[in-house]
Amino acid sequence: MKELTVEAVVENIPRVTAFIEEELEQAACPMKAIMQIGLAIDELFCNIARYAYPGGTGSATVRLEIDRAARMASLTFIDGGVPYNPLEKKDPDVTLSAEERQIGGLGIFLVKKTMDGMRYERRDGKNLLTITKKI
Amino acid sequence: MNITKNLNGTTLEIALEGRLDTVTAPELEDVVKHELDGVNALTMNFSKLDYISSAGLRVLLSAHKIMAGKGGSMKVTNVNEIVHEVFEVTGFEDILTIE
Repeated sequence: MKELTVEAVVENIPRVTAFIEEELEQAACPMKAIMQIGLAIDELFCNIARYAYPGGTGSATVRLEIDRAARMASLTFIDGGVPYNPLEKKDPDVTLSAEERQIGGLGIFLVKKTMDGMRYERRDGKNLLTITKKI
Repeated sequence: MNITKNLNGTTLEIALEGRLDTVTAPELEDVVKHELDGVNALTMNFSKLDYISSAGLRVLLSAHKIMAGKGGSMKVTNVNEIVHEVFEVTGFEDILTIE
């Protein structure tokens, strides 16, 4: 298990992404899955940075576990911010025209569609959001 | 992300290299907001783009609206598998012209 804790600000997204990618590369993860996980980090870390600590900042931890036998990567995002379960959010209507489009909610939807699993837990005053991806 | 612009008359090609995400999308947004005057055909060349997140989709949508609003055209070319999947699941493939 590897983890990294940083201040939850969007400027730290590249650092988090580089940290996770290096671990995935060492596990011989295919490039496509690495890129998709990078996309998921962008969406999920950005949400924490923007919404978890209204009016202030706090920390966020990303924890990576790789099950080499099952070829499965699990990435958990942990923050001590306001309770927020993104899985309760309604999926956006992706059939609307350009004029009617709302971009809000598209990020979480994208993560749902490109990862193999996603689960949320509220534990000890923290949000834990875990994504899993076959590698 | 690197942005390379090639203006030829009223045709502008913007080639992106790297990742179009939360951190880099504002760079493209800046180009879209300030450099589309007098452009009536816009091409976004994605041959060297690794992936696009929702922050990038937001900028593409505003570029599309700007071009459509003045009767111009916009197309996205050389999309890789990951970017294509993003366009597909978000319905952007029905909004954008993808070649």
